[in-house]
Amino acid sequence: MTKNLSRRQLLAVAGLGATAALTGCSSVAAGLSTSRETGTLDFWNLFGGGDGVRMQQMLDGYRAEHADVELAAVTLAWGNPYYTKLSLATLGDRPPEVAISHLTRMKNLVRADLLEELRPDDLARHGMTPDKFNQRAWEAALVDGKAYCIPIDTHPFVMFYNTDICQQAGLLDSAGKLTPLDSEAAFTDAMKKAKAVTGEFGGALAFVSETSTPWRMFQSFYSQLGGQMLADDGTKVVIDEAKATQVLTFMRSLTRDGLFPNPIDYQGSIAMFANGQTAFLFQGEWEITTFQTAKMPFSMTLFPNVFGGSNYAVQADSHTFVLPRQPSHDAARLDRSLTFVRSMLDQSKTWTEGGHVPLWLPFAEGAEYAQMSPQSNYASAADAAAYDAEGWYSGSGSNFEIITGSAIGDVLSGAASPQQAIAQMRGSLEQLAGTPSPL
Amino acid sequence: MSTQTSDQTDTDARRGIAPTAPRRRAAPQGRAASAFLAPFAVLYLLFIIGPALYGLVLSFTDASLVKPGLNGAAGLRNYAEALSSSDFWSSLWHTLWFTILTTPPLVILGFVLALLANRVARGRWFFRLAFFAPYILPSAVVALIWMWLYTPALGLLDTALAKVGMTAPSWLGDAAWAMPSLAITTVWWTLGFNFILYLAGLQEIPRDLYEAAAMDGAGPWQQVRRITIPMLGRTTTLVAVLQVIASLKVFDQMYLMTSGGPNFATRSILQLVYDEGFTNYRVGYAAAVSMLFFLVVLAVSAVWFTLVRRQEKVV
Repeated sequence: MTKNLSRRQLLAVAGLGATAALTGCSSVAAGLSTSRETGTLDFWNLFGGGDGVRMQQMLDGYRAEHADVELAAVTLAWGNPYYTKLSLATLGDRPPEVAISHLTRMKNLVRADLLEELRPDDLARHGMTPDKFNQRAWEAALVDGKAYCIPIDTHPFVMFYNTDICQQAGLLDSAGKLTPLDSEAAFTDAMKKAKAVTGEFGGALAFVSETSTPWRMFQSFYSQLGGQMLADDGTKVVIDEAKATQVLTFMRSLTRDGLFPNPIDYQGSIAMFANGQTAFLFQGEWEITTFQTAKMPFSMTLFPNVFGGSNYAVQADSHTFVLPRQPSHDAARLDRSLTFVRSMLDQSKTWTEGGHVPLWLPFAEGAEYAQMSPQSNYASAADAAAYDAEGWYSGSGSNFEIITGSAIGDVLSGAASPQQAIAQMRGSLEQLAGTPSPL
Repeated sequence: MSTQTSDQTDTDARRGIAPTAPRRRAAPQGRAASAFLAPFAVLYLLFIIGPALYGLVLSFTDASLVKPGLNGAAGLRNYAEALSSSDFWSSLWHTLWFTILTTPPLVILGFVLALLANRVARGRWFFRLAFFAPYILPSAVVALIWMWLYTPALGLLDTALAKVGMTAPSWLGDAAWAMPSLAITTVWWTLGFNFILYLAGLQEIPRDLYEAAAMDGAGPWQQVRRITIPMLGRTTTLVAVLQVIASLKVFDQMYLMTSGGPNFATRSILQLVYDEGFTNYRVGYAAAVSMLFFLVVLAVSAVWFTLVRRQEKVV
C-alpha cells in the first residue's frame, strides 16, 4: 500500500472490525443455545473439600453412563455468595439446568419464583416417588404441598472423637464405644478428662470468622430444650430467653474453663483435632474425609443429647437438587436433568462415604449402609433434624445464621454475656422480621 | 509553540491577561476536541451518569432483585430506614475508622521509605522492588497470606509471639483488633503505590538545592525539613487525596478476610450495600444507602478541596 490510510478510511475499517466482533459474539451465543438441545447439562454446586472430591466421583460415574451428554459442573463458594450467584444467573436467563440448594434455602428460591416445580408424573417417570425418600426430609421440603427439590442427604451436626485419647481418658466402654455424654455434668466431665490427656484442650468448636458452626451447636442444644427462634414465616421473633440463656451459659463455661480453645477458627479447629490437641471436635459430618486422609484414630457419633432427655434434636440441613427456572420449556432437557438427579441418587453410597446421611431409601434402608461405620452411627439424626426456622432471611449460611452465630461467637469469646447476646440477636432479627419480604 | 500568536498568549497568560487573539481559532479546535472526547463522554454517560440516575430513582422505590419493575414507590421510606438503622451508622463508621487507620501510615510510611530507599547508594532496585511488589498482588492472594499469618494459635504471628513469651491477640476474632489487623494488611499491601509516587517526587527536586544547603551548613535533618518536605507538598496532596478515596472504597479485604465479622465489627458500608442489594434482594434500599454514602464522600471531598485550595494559596 503506497498511500496512507485517511482517517475516514481508518474509521470505516475499525467500524467493520467492531461489527465483525459483534456478530462473532452473537454466533457464539447462538452456538451455545443450540448445543444445549443436543445434550449439554450445566450443574452448579457449592461443594468444597471432601464433598467436592466425592461429588467429582459421582459426576464421573454419570459421565461414564451418559457419554452423549456434555456435563459442565461449576463449584462456587458456599453460603450467601452461592445463592446470590444462582439467583442472578436465573434472573439473567442463563441458569444452570440443575443446581444444589440447601433445603432451608430452597423455599426462598421458590418464593422468589426462581425454581421449576417438579410435577409428580415427571418424577415418577424417573422412579423418584415420594415414598422412596426419608419422610422427615421430603415433607420438610414441600412448599404448599408441592415439590421443588429432590433431597439427597441430611447433614447433621455431629461429634468427632479421637479414639486413642478417649481410650486413655477412660471414656470408652469395654466394647470400645464412647460412653454417653448426655447431661451437662457428663459432657463437662468428659471434656476435663480428655483435656488431662491431651494437655491442651478437651474439645474444639470453631467460632472465629465462622458463624454457622456456633449457630449449629446452639441450635442443637436449644432445640433439645424445645426452643424456637422465629414464627409465622419469619415475621415474628420468639426467642425463649430462659432456654437460650441456659444454653449460652453452658457453652460459655466450656471456653471460660479452658476446655475449648478460645479463640479458634474453622481451619484451626480441624488442625487441632487432627494433631491430637483436642479429643473432640464438633462440626458437620462432612469433615470425615479430612480425618480419614490424616490417617488418625477417630470415630464420630450423634451430637450429645445434653438437654433433651427423651426429646432428641440436632441442627441439620439437607442438600437438595433443584431445577432453576428455565427461559424456555423443553421436555428433553427436563428428562435429561431428572436422569442426572436420579443418577446422583443411585450413587448415594459414594455420597454417604463422605459422611452424609442418605435419604434415598433404596440405599438408606439397605444392608450396605447399616454396615458402614462410622457413617451409620448417626443415621437417626435424619429423623431428629432441627432445620433452621423459615423466613426470607433464613437458612444455611444466611443472614439469620450470621446474626445468631456472631452473637453466640461473642459469648464464646467472652466479649458478650448471654443476656447481651440474646438482646443483640433479638434486635437484629426483629429488624429483619419487620422488613416486608422482598421475595 | 513556534508561532508568534502562541508565544504572545503564553506571555499574556503569565501576566494574567486573558487571551484574546486565538479566540477566532478556538471554535474549530474546540470542535475537534469534542469529537475526540465524544467516545469517552458517551461511555461516561452510559456507564456512570446513567446508572447513577437509575440508582437515584431506585432509591425511592421498593424495587426487589427478584421482582420485575420498580415494585411501587417508597418515597423517602428507604432513606428514613437507613438513617434510623444502626447497621447503616455502624458500617459507615467502620469505613471511616478504616480510612483513619490507614491513611496516615500509608502517607507517612510511603514518604519515609521513599526517602530512605532514595538515599541507598547500592542495590536501590531491591528496595524499590521489595516495597512495590505487594501492590501487584490480587486482593484474594493478599487476604490468603494474611489469614494464614493471623490464624489463631497456629498462625505465624501467634507462634512467633509465643516464642518470645507474648500472647497474641485474636487478630481477626476480637472486635477491637479486627480493624487494626485489616489496616496492617492494607498498609503492607498498598504502600508501594504511594512509595513510587514519592520516589518520583524526590527525583524531581534539583540536586543543587541540597548542595547549596549543605554549603550553608544545613544538616541532613534540616535538609529534609526545609527542602524535601516543602518541595513534595503537591505530591503529598495528591497521595493523600488518592489514599482517602481508596480507603473509603474498601471492600475486598474485609469481605474476604472477615466477611464483615466478628459480629459485623468490620462490615464496610460497601458491604452493607452488597448485602442488602444482592443477598437480601432489597435493591431499592441498597440504592438509598449508596446515595447516602455518595453524599458522605462528596462532603469529605469538599472539605478536602477547601483545605487544599487554602494550602495552595499559601504556597
